[in-house]
Amino acid sequence: MSTSVVLSNRIIQLFENKKENILNIYFTAGFPHLEDTVPIIKSLAAAGVDLIEIGMPYSDPVADGPIIQESNMVALDNGMTVKKLLDQLKDIRKEVSVPILLMGYINPVLQYGIEAFVRDSSAIGIDGVILPDLPMEEYERHYKKLFEENNLSFIGLITPNTSEKRLATIDRLSTGFIYMVSTNSTTGNESKSTQAVDQYFQRIQASGLVNPRLIGFNIKDHTTFAHACSFAQGAIIGSAFIKMIRQSDNIHRDIPSFVKNIRG
Amino acid sequence: MSYQVDSNGYYGTFGGAYVPEMLFPNVEELRQQYMDIIFEETFQEEFHQLLRDYVGRPTPLFFAQRLSDKYNTSIYLKREDLCHTGAHKINNTIGQIILAKRLNKKRIIAETGAGQHGVATATACALMGLECIVYMGEVDMARQKLNVERMRMMGAEVRPAKTGSRTLKDATNEALRDWINNPVDTHYIIGSVVGPHPYPDLVAKLQSVISEEIQMQLMEKVGSPDPDYVIACVGGGSNAAGAFYHYLDNPNVQLIAVEAAGKGVHSGYSAATTYLGKPGVLHGSKTLLMQTDDGQVVEPHSISAGLDYPGIGPMHAHLFDSGRGKFYSVTDEEAFKAAFMISRTEGIIPALETAHAFAVLDNIRFEPTDIVVINVSGRGDKDLQTYIQFKDEYIKD
Repeated sequence: MSTSVVLSNRIIQLFENKKENILNIYFTAGFPHLEDTVPIIKSLAAAGVDLIEIGMPYSDPVADGPIIQESNMVALDNGMTVKKLLDQLKDIRKEVSVPILLMGYINPVLQYGIEAFVRDSSAIGIDGVILPDLPMEEYERHYKKLFEENNLSFIGLITPNTSEKRLATIDRLSTGFIYMVSTNSTTGNESKSTQAVDQYFQRIQASGLVNPRLIGFNIKDHTTFAHACSFAQGAIIGSAFIKMIRQSDNIHRDIPSFVKNIRG
Repeated sequence: MSYQVDSNGYYGTFGGAYVPEMLFPNVEELRQQYMDIIFEETFQEEFHQLLRDYVGRPTPLFFAQRLSDKYNTSIYLKREDLCHTGAHKINNTIGQIILAKRLNKKRIIAETGAGQHGVATATACALMGLECIVYMGEVDMARQKLNVERMRMMGAEVRPAKTGSRTLKDATNEALRDWINNPVDTHYIIGSVVGPHPYPDLVAKLQSVISEEIQMQLMEKVGSPDPDYVIACVGGGSNAAGAFYHYLDNPNVQLIAVEAAGKGVHSGYSAATTYLGKPGVLHGSKTLLMQTDDGQVVEPHSISAGLDYPGIGPMHAHLFDSGRGKFYSVTDEEAFKAAFMISRTEGIIPALETAHAFAVLDNIRFEPTDIVVINVSGRGDKDLQTYIQFKDEYIKD
């Protein structure tokens, strides 16, 4: 068993200071336009979201439903790359202090180089990373130390089918919070049986995890956000936000109004 | 050095199970149980009985006299094209459908490119009375219409993959998404030696009946189980994995893998993964992958839909990397010409995929005493439209 290192970054501070109704908004970098990344972050920060998760686009996002798939395709067509994104974000800490996460499939990160990615992200003030298809075992064996040395949170995912034993492993290896996938589905789907979902939320709530939890997948409005928040410290909204900015002709007007509606 | 999968699911540095947590329980269930199930005696009995009575195994090992004369060596053809449904793909689907039943799965999903694996899956599902959903790129559905109708005739639902390039890669993404949405009652029959561990090993073991038979048949015909060469085409690499399997650890047998160069390896329209690829992760395994510098998967090209895949099975990536396997690539035109050559020399119309294996005969100098086995992975009926379409361009007679 490895000794746990206590990190000190904006994600850790956020969960120390705020215990409920934490709102994390996901969007795809470089969507709808290549240079929209920073304006969207500023707008979200001004609107008072607690955490921002930036998706690094990938050609084959298998865990995502149609809306995020499409945003990935558009962002790639716009020329977004990991390198380009880190470049766009290089001065972000001069302007916003909200915690920022990068989320992405492992292959583009592997090509950038995981070590370089962790160092460069940390250097510009990124607080954590979600790599859904990097196995926990690989993370522990090869990258845990690297993340800790760079003060970068590693966020593990759990699902309704995650076993007790694995839940313990993911809780031990996650640093910051645990991403609770709400149902067995890809992103942006309709929820299935509410009763079964609630039972899963309650089971996890009672399981005594060390990490705080945010609930994601299929959270889209005030009702679903508030419901998720009654079982965890907060929730994550992705597809619904992407859908909104895709239709918006004025994101500086529509982002605050979207956030206000979610908060209720 | 071992060429078999290790206990962590790796072949050298390739393989593993790079799946999002949503798929972890599905893959883990399979990983924990597949060895126990497939080596269990009643499984083996049922599997081999169906291979014999339903698939038509053992497939012949045919001494190709005229072809041997042409290349001044001894060439034997392993006739997987004579399997029920016309290709080796059914060896795997019969094995996996029995496995799915033992795991109490009620619903089967699969991906398909040219439609051969889709047809083989639809066939196995009809045989066992299981629900069958096959994902197929919209582009492939249009160019392989007959296979779509074959699947439907056997009761399968064919769902178009409408994202990305709308071909095999995208069909595989859709199948993985379906599995995320249906984790309990569904088994995913992957058609090649790709995907997260244990799939590459599972599919290789089920296809290994090919090399097992070659050994026995060669023993009977030439008094030794070992040829000097085994030649097979490689897309994902399931027929090659099956033909190589029992020879992996025998250095006296040269393993020749033939990839699709498309319009030429430098043309920008190629599927020669070992030549153009770099280590990367796609569909759950670390392997050689055609990709941009930024790690985005590149669309491959081959005249044969079955070789039109941007990756390669991790076992093959390791065979390439270690030098145990020798990899060649063959252009659309060379494969096309080889298909006509073998049709006229031996009266066998091969699948376009298989034609790549024949085309490599021109690139290797054989000794008159050599024993060469070519795996005839599939028959060419499905490609007749393409053969008609390009005949004037490629064949001058």
